[in-house]
Amino acid sequence: MAKVELVNVSKSYGDVEVLHDINLALEEGEFVVFVGPSGCGKSTLLRMIAGLEDITGGELLIGGEPMNDVLPAKRGISMVFQSYALYPHMTVFENMAFGLEQAKLSKPEIRERVNKAATMLQIEPLLDRKPKQLSGGQRQRVAIGRAITRDPRVFLFDEPLSNLDAALRVDTRLEIASLHERLTGTTMIYVTHDQVEAMTLADRIVVLNGGVIEQVGTPMDLYENPASQFVAGFIGSPKMNLLTGPVAENEGAATYGIRPEHIRFSRDEGLWIGRVVLTERLGSDTFVHVKTEGVGMVNVRIEGRADIEQGETVHLTPDARSVHLFYADGTPLSRKFMQ
Amino acid sequence: MGKSRSLLSRTRTRSAWLVLLPMLVTLFVVAAWPLGRTIWFSFTDASLDLMADAQFVGIRNYLEYVKFGDEDGQYYGLLADARWWRSVWNTIYFAVVSVSFETLFGLVIALVLNQQFRGRGLVRAAVLIPWAIPTIVSAKMWAWMMHDQFGILNDMFQRLGLISEPVAWTASPDTAMIAVMIVDIWKTTPFMALLILAGLQMVPQDIYEAAKLDGVPAFRTFRRVTLPLILPAILVAVVFRTLDALRVFDIIYVLTPNTDATRTMSVYARENLFDYDQFAYGSAASTLLFLVIAVITITFIMATRMDLEGKRS
Ligand SMILES: Nc1ncnc2c1ncn2[C@@H]1O[C@H](COP(=O)(O)OP(=O)(O)OP(=O)(O)O)[C@@H](O)[C@H]1O
Ligand SMILES: [Mg+2]
Repeated sequence: MAKVELVNVSKSYGDVEVLHDINLALEEGEFVVFVGPSGCGKSTLLRMIAGLEDITGGELLIGGEPMNDVLPAKRGISMVFQSYALYPHMTVFENMAFGLEQAKLSKPEIRERVNKAATMLQIEPLLDRKPKQLSGGQRQRVAIGRAITRDPRVFLFDEPLSNLDAALRVDTRLEIASLHERLTGTTMIYVTHDQVEAMTLADRIVVLNGGVIEQVGTPMDLYENPASQFVAGFIGSPKMNLLTGPVAENEGAATYGIRPEHIRFSRDEGLWIGRVVLTERLGSDTFVHVKTEGVGMVNVRIEGRADIEQGETVHLTPDARSVHLFYADGTPLSRKFMQ
Repeated sequence: MGKSRSLLSRTRTRSAWLVLLPMLVTLFVVAAWPLGRTIWFSFTDASLDLMADAQFVGIRNYLEYVKFGDEDGQYYGLLADARWWRSVWNTIYFAVVSVSFETLFGLVIALVLNQQFRGRGLVRAAVLIPWAIPTIVSAKMWAWMMHDQFGILNDMFQRLGLISEPVAWTASPDTAMIAVMIVDIWKTTPFMALLILAGLQMVPQDIYEAAKLDGVPAFRTFRRVTLPLILPAILVAVVFRTLDALRVFDIIYVLTPNTDATRTMSVYARENLFDYDQFAYGSAASTLLFLVIAVITITFIMATRMDLEGKRS
């Protein structure tokens, strides 16, 4: 139940600065996702908010109060780790109660809080088990349960789903989303490098790259108006086609971006002509990789299943309103509307 | 299906035995055979030069009642020998005290070495030096340092004003055992530290961060998180060291020969076997030493395992 503000925050390890001048204000109750490629500094930023890393420059405020020198346990935060970080020798109940004992809560109150969290996550039958007697998904639920019992103002997640298999990842993702619904007012910060997780969970996404913020915005904002070529390439699945050469030069840009779903496909006529190199059938969609004359490799989405064979000649027409143009330095030209 | 599986498991069993065979043979030759011989000699009248003619004499070496007259008589044998019981006590006292201190110091050193600091690799190697020096050499070295007239210890303590007269550390019955234990602790603490350090490095780092978020202070984290997780490693180290300490011989032989205050079971057995030409009697002492070690070890292992299971369930 608190705003989280980062003012000119930076982080150095020795002489190496890994985060530069981060400015960010997260609203109370907001679900914010940090995404970015590996090594961009997502975890470091999250751990600075948690208090597990020193803040070497700038200021962190939670609920309006400066937090730079406040101990992690006193910040009103909870964190869920990628590796779960459960105490191996304690039962699930003890794992969830350990921090509460430390906070000097009474026994009945501890039991009540643990039971409430356990009910919420449906892990009551597991309370007497040790972590090694649990599956990965159950462990992650326990880790989330432990975080809930602390009744935090801010919830921090560092890639909580990356050790789970695909099906479980979707389930747990939905669970986290519904958790956010139920814990009204709790700010959640979620780190991932999976842009699907980011798009589905976030109220707002923070895209990090190389230690700087590339863009902050709602998922649809980032999808429709990427502020840089990096964001355009990073958000959206599959990736936006980023074409260089004459197509871009004709528009006065260095890069011409068009998403696979914004290209019209035809066997008879179109703006570009090319040969099918590969088709990927996912059932709901078919992705066709086309080697286009004078344009390059283009990935096109076709709804449903399409009977297109390798080597076929096809015609493609980009939707002019969905073209993104970028200068060589990655900054966007103001969107061009073609008539 | 079932048949092929049983064939497979039979092949497996056979190859398992084949792999075990060299070890079983070696164990028999270097352990079981000498042990069996020693036990056999302890029931005979063997002496060093007459080993081949040894005659079975029952349990005479252990205990025998000799009648002097109608009403008069006395017990003889190992179990009636006060010197033997003194050496049993010395051994146990030595083992308990030195292993306790070695565990404590080893734990502290392991905790320090487990921290990140500059030059940690160097310190880790340096800590091992006492362990790397052969026992005879380190015992001689300490014997010189503890020498009553020329030793550096007396010199330092006198300069500091801690003692007024030179102390004969190794010769005086009051300090002999302490001297032996100090040398043993100095020598084997690194071994303990290393075994415990290995246990510490198995503890996942992320749970320390979880403890930080839970607001658990350092000492409580140690007691509630670290210690339970490294306890199995500590117990293994303690078993190893206790076994070793119960057999202690070389340090005492070099540092304080022929002193009642430090005579252990091994020293007692060797004296009888070779110095006093009572080979059978010495064999009996060796056999009892083996029994004592076996009983203590088995008890210890069973007790700690039960304890561990009690905590697990
Ligand atoms: N203890 C450290 N000492 C020096 N550099 C570090 C340290 N921890 C992290 N870094 C550097 O900081 C940068 C950011 O690391 P961070 O772990 O935050 O990346 P990330 O975005 O979480 O990546 P991933 O998706 O792989 O988890 C990396 O370049 C990393 O090499
Ligand atoms: Mg990370």
